[in-house]
Amino acid sequence: MPDEVRVRITVNGTRHDLRTEPRTLLADLLRNDLALPGTHLGCEQGVCGACTVLVDDVATRSCLVFAAQLDGASVRTVESLAGADGTLHPIQRAFTEEHGLQCGFCTPGMLMGACELLERVPEPRREDVEEALGGNLCRCTGYQNIVRSVCAAGRLMAGQASDGQTSDGQTSDEQSGVRA
Amino acid sequence: MSTVERPAAETRRWVGQSVARKEDPKLLTGRAGFIGDVVLPGMLHGAVLRSPHAHARIVSIDTSEAEALPGVVVVLTGATAAELVDPMPAFCAEPVEQRAIAVDRVRFPGEAVAAVAATDRYIAEDACARIRVEYEVLPALVDPVAAMDPSATRVHETLDSNVVFHRTLDWGDVDADLARAHTIVRSSARWHRMGAHPIETAGAVASWDPFSQSMTMWSNSNFINFLPWAFAGILRVSTNRLRMIPCTVGGSFGSKHLITKVVSITGALSKACGRPVQYLEDRADNVAANDNVGCDRIYDAELALAEDGEMLGLVLRIIDDYGAYFQFAHGQHGNAVAQPVGPYRIGSLRYDVSCVLTNKVQQGFFRGAGADPGNFILERLVDKAALEMGIDRVELRRRNFIRPDQFPYKIPTGNIYDSGDYEAVLDRALEIAGLDRWRAEQERLRAEGRYLGIGLASCQERSGYNASEWWSFYDEPPLPATSTPESCKIDVDAMGGVRATIGCPLWGNSPETVVGQVVAEEFGIDPSAVSVVYADSTIGAISAGPGGSRVTIMLSGATRGAARTVKDKMIRVAASAMEMDPEDVECVDGVFRAKGAPGTSMTMAEVGMKAHLFHDGTDEAESSGLVAVYTYDHPYFTPPSADRSDLGAFYPMVSHACHIPIVEVDPETGEVTLRAYYVVNDCGTVMNPALVEGQVVGGIVQGIGAALMEEYSYGATDGALETPTFREYLLPSMHEVPEIVLEHLETPSPFTTYGVKGVGEGGRLVAPTAIASAVDDALRPLGVWVDELPMTPERVVGMIADAQRRP
Ligand code: FES
Ligand code: FES
Repeated sequence: MPDEVRVRITVNGTRHDLRTEPRTLLADLLRNDLALPGTHLGCEQGVCGACTVLVDDVATRSCLVFAAQLDGASVRTVESLAGADGTLHPIQRAFTEEHGLQCGFCTPGMLMGACELLERVPEPRREDVEEALGGNLCRCTGYQNIVRSVCAAGRLMAGQASDGQTSDGQTSDEQSGVRA
Repeated sequence: MSTVERPAAETRRWVGQSVARKEDPKLLTGRAGFIGDVVLPGMLHGAVLRSPHAHARIVSIDTSEAEALPGVVVVLTGATAAELVDPMPAFCAEPVEQRAIAVDRVRFPGEAVAAVAATDRYIAEDACARIRVEYEVLPALVDPVAAMDPSATRVHETLDSNVVFHRTLDWGDVDADLARAHTIVRSSARWHRMGAHPIETAGAVASWDPFSQSMTMWSNSNFINFLPWAFAGILRVSTNRLRMIPCTVGGSFGSKHLITKVVSITGALSKACGRPVQYLEDRADNVAANDNVGCDRIYDAELALAEDGEMLGLVLRIIDDYGAYFQFAHGQHGNAVAQPVGPYRIGSLRYDVSCVLTNKVQQGFFRGAGADPGNFILERLVDKAALEMGIDRVELRRRNFIRPDQFPYKIPTGNIYDSGDYEAVLDRALEIAGLDRWRAEQERLRAEGRYLGIGLASCQERSGYNASEWWSFYDEPPLPATSTPESCKIDVDAMGGVRATIGCPLWGNSPETVVGQVVAEEFGIDPSAVSVVYADSTIGAISAGPGGSRVTIMLSGATRGAARTVKDKMIRVAASAMEMDPEDVECVDGVFRAKGAPGTSMTMAEVGMKAHLFHDGTDEAESSGLVAVYTYDHPYFTPPSADRSDLGAFYPMVSHACHIPIVEVDPETGEVTLRAYYVVNDCGTVMNPALVEGQVVGGIVQGIGAALMEEYSYGATDGALETPTFREYLLPSMHEVPEIVLEHLETPSPFTTYGVKGVGEGGRLVAPTAIASAVDDALRPLGVWVDELPMTPERVVGMIADAQRRP
């Protein structure tokens, strides 16, 4: 068994003091050691972006980083977004309202990439989204609704910040969510 | 043929609405339960060693070093695995045996030669690196035409030739149509090899219990409730002791129907050690060896036309490179002949197919399943005919469309088209595209030396398969037609809660939402009140799941059947409690009430409680409880005739679309850029507009991949896979996608429950040929004709250079 290294890492606000092999990838640490299965692996070589998480607020491919490199770092995964009471984060709400996902396998990476973008650029335009998420592959949606979702998320979050209300101006049937 | 009575669209409340997707919350929060998320106590992890050679004899395998590695529990070779599991189930009649781990000989690059189970994946991979395999390299068959030569090395010794299947079928009087034709247009076109490549690879978790001789298998396969006996056969487990559990699936596009290699390897590893084992393909495994590769065809085609442009007959001669095995037989051709004549009144067809074996991974299914190249070649021929005959391409299509008053329409092969209004779709597409504006723009840019092109394709999407496509080109065995059913169980509990249990897994489409809409429609309740769960194979009710654009058609039929059965019983229970005749009770807005006297009523909960706990025994035929399983058989199918002169109705729900892409081509770099994309689609009754739009747009973007970048490539001499990862095999990204404008026309199917037709494959079935037509249009001044995809920059530059060289 190779020597283990110590990694003190904060994940979704919880501090962990772990020992792991030097070759353990961040994605595997999250999925296997911390039981956070929301981070998905699509290629394990940095091409698809499904494994994107935020490391110290920067969108990072967790299949390309060793956990050992992250001693002292703070990581956010898709599990950090929704409330424990079942309330979706505005980005998640926008993705469901704009039908920005189908199989959902690329979605955690898209959400975390969008999260980073929206923290930098509160109301992104299409070009901003393409620049931020252009390297994330989705085989289902054709991207059109992902772009719409991220732009809508920006509007939702801006609205929440200003007056605590949604700002997308859409009416939707409360219970069934039929789109106008 | 029977047609279905159906409530008018105006009276529907939920069917046809963009109801919010039930599947989303779990997917958005990372808790959907994909196969990689399954963890069992004591579970081991598998990895597979694969052949670097396209074709080789395995001289020896030494696993001792791998076995000595701490953490390694099992190492299997082809020979030791063969003691535990049987070969892959084969749908072909020819003697082509395939094992999940090769024995003695490897026949494609990436074929499995050994598998390991260890305490973690890292150790399993380490162990693979310590297995020593000695190969004797054999000549690789890469070119299918060369492989057809009788003197070529054979891929399988059990066959006389690498042409594993050949047949010519004539429907109608082809020779007479060729003889009387004014013009015969010819095309030698190539449809290249592509992979479905869902972002989630295939995987399984197997747990073998040696004491009860039973196996529990989690996987992302679709066919757990359709062909569970086929899995039991490979695993050597009795069918009633195999429990297959579905997982949420991270996309399939046809590639995960069976995944028998993954299931077999995982099952064999678990059997070898009596512990649970998880094996997930990594991307390299998936690209090289998952059966997710689509058709790989060379066409030699002719379209015969009368002087006025009337299409008379069609000849399709096809060489199809099947790769090293033939597991799914010629099914992709059985599929293609569901709509070989497209939306046109073509009277005769000659279909001559040679299925050839080479040293590549075998064909499986990929969105379109054989009809994708069929649409490509037909629309290429139609465009070419327009050009050669000097008839406008829109006008030529109009003259030949099947007319609305001709439905149901029987095409030469015997398949039936249910309904449609192709000209209306075309007209609307031309309108929303604003064709005149683009023509003006094209002229303006040409003056600047820029090349804009307007594409056009009018294509079919056959939907709702009857599985005779898998064997209809064989004379034997003379199987009866199959109804390819779908099942749904509905129960209403004592508190009136409604739950639907469905036999198909979640494959990236929206079965929960559709089921919620249908149950809501039937009971008059809100879709959000309906809970939907996925059955494992113990439900014991047959479900073929998604595939062939069938699932919404079939699932809505199954769900309505189950809902009505339960609702009818609730009416009887309520009638008995209210001392009324059941005839006088109705269910409105989730309330059971006297017709015409709404004051007397019972809620769902009141009826539920009575049915579950207070059965009054007055009706001896009626037992307690409210549960029904309903199996919906294919609504309309007929068997092939013995001589195959009529293949029967086997894919009769036929959607239609017109695509108009606008491209700009840079002749210097060869780069093709999509400037705009317009679509009018008719998939009958639109169940849920937002979800249908998602399917169409997603399919179009896969079609953009097919047209511009996606391609499997193999070394010409050594047969090495040159596109083993997503770095070489390119998928479309956000950057390649234009704004896609989509509209619907609805000609409901007369055969299905709500008039629904399929829509899952349509985008990819039309986009490649539409984009090819756009590139032609752009480069017309340079004399280019596109008969080969993908139109990569290098290929476009080459086509321009070739055209310039031609006299
Ligand atoms: S899994 Fe990390 S980029 Fe694909
Ligand atoms: S939603 Fe399936 S890959 Fe993006």
